[in-house]
Amino acid sequence: MRQVPPLFQREFLGYFRSPVAYVFLSIFLLASVGLAFFVGQFFKAGNASLESYFVFHPWLFLFLIPAVGMRLWAEEKRAGTIELLFTLPVSTVETVLAKFLAGWAFLAVAILLSFPLVVTVYWLGEPDGGVMVASYVGSILMAGAYLSVCALTSAMTKNQVISFVLSVVACLVLVFLGWNVFSELLASVLPVWLVDLLANFSFTTHFDAFTKGVIDPKDVMFFLSLGAFCLCLNVMVLDRR
Amino acid sequence: MIEVTALCKNYGPVRAVDGVTFRVQRGEILGFLGPNGAGKSTTMKMITGFLAPTSGSVQVGGHEVTKEPLEVKRRLGYLAESAPAYPEMTVEEFLEFIAAIRGYRKRAEARERVERVVRLCHLAEVRRQTIETLSKGYRQRVGFAQALLHDPPGLILDEPTDGLDPNQKNEVRSLIRSMAPDKAIILSTHILEEVEALCTRVIIIARGRIVVDEAPEALRARRPGARLDEIFRELTIG
Repeated sequence: MRQVPPLFQREFLGYFRSPVAYVFLSIFLLASVGLAFFVGQFFKAGNASLESYFVFHPWLFLFLIPAVGMRLWAEEKRAGTIELLFTLPVSTVETVLAKFLAGWAFLAVAILLSFPLVVTVYWLGEPDGGVMVASYVGSILMAGAYLSVCALTSAMTKNQVISFVLSVVACLVLVFLGWNVFSELLASVLPVWLVDLLANFSFTTHFDAFTKGVIDPKDVMFFLSLGAFCLCLNVMVLDRR
Repeated sequence: MIEVTALCKNYGPVRAVDGVTFRVQRGEILGFLGPNGAGKSTTMKMITGFLAPTSGSVQVGGHEVTKEPLEVKRRLGYLAESAPAYPEMTVEEFLEFIAAIRGYRKRAEARERVERVVRLCHLAEVRRQTIETLSKGYRQRVGFAQALLHDPPGLILDEPTDGLDPNQKNEVRSLIRSMAPDKAIILSTHILEEVEALCTRVIIIARGRIVVDEAPEALRARRPGARLDEIFRELTIG
């Protein structure tokens, strides 16, 4: 794992060397805070909490994380730098891990940049700090799970558009599984136990607990193991050369 | 130093490289010639461990590429066909990244390595420019610098002079020549004169197979008086 730090550094700084970082961070903040204000009724709710900010994350991530993830491998393949990368003395595991961690760190920055909201609720009322910490932890974990799915689809193609579409569809399924409307629809064709089982694979089901202030090891494990699973597949896809 | 034995690569039903065998010792410059699509780049990609061979073996410094890929990659410098590099990085940032990956983690050590190749490849005036703003010639030199940074015993150069102007070509050739005594070098090219000017041995490859493996003088002697490209055409089409 010696090669992870330089690879991570290059990848992470790479976001800021191109306009990608600035465009993404602006859009992410505008969208996430905008949704909280105008759809989530952040002020009108009269509630000193960030619930109206976090509740939209599963949906927001659906489009914004594939935008970060699609370039991860597709860009290297298109530019031919993948040939440079894999003729340097680095292992596939190190590279996959470094790239993923860099992307994840970047997303964490985007999420944590909402800190003025935290300041605001503390100024206006007496929020429950524990709930906010849990929500941030949950949101960042969920972002990691989304990103691992996107990294995988990105490794499968050199076309960023295809990578984006595949990621959105894959994540959409993972979100929809926990959505009542969708599970009711499923329940009309599938047995209930199967629907319940599938609902366990949903991002929303596992994320909800965090927004209520509960950090359940089960939920943490869900996001981490989904991430690990996707990264293992990612290594396998890249090793097939 | 570099030993290739019965190397094959299939792309689906197409056999791109078919039983290629050769050795390169230190001090040798092996010219890899052949029409486009003959399998030159594929062979080089297999030597450097980027592509997995369908069958056959590649050994570099006694290490088998499929079993110990990292050992092989440490011993080789590779300039790929289009000299890929991260476009958003400056030349200096890029070379520092390569230095870190090549194991030069101490600042002074990395600095020294980078300075050496910047001097060697004449990159001083563009060192703070991002790679995407560089001309083809400079990009090629950045690729060169990257391959030479760790002073490897083996060099694999895929069309190192492609796209350069005549002066730059000359410069690159003299650079290669100056490194030759203690390195095993394989370079591919379309330019027949380059082989005569530079290489100690020529391999001509056509449809994935080696058709010639001899000294440039011997190649020339096949048809005294004929131009090299005539000999080349005869060997690769016939």
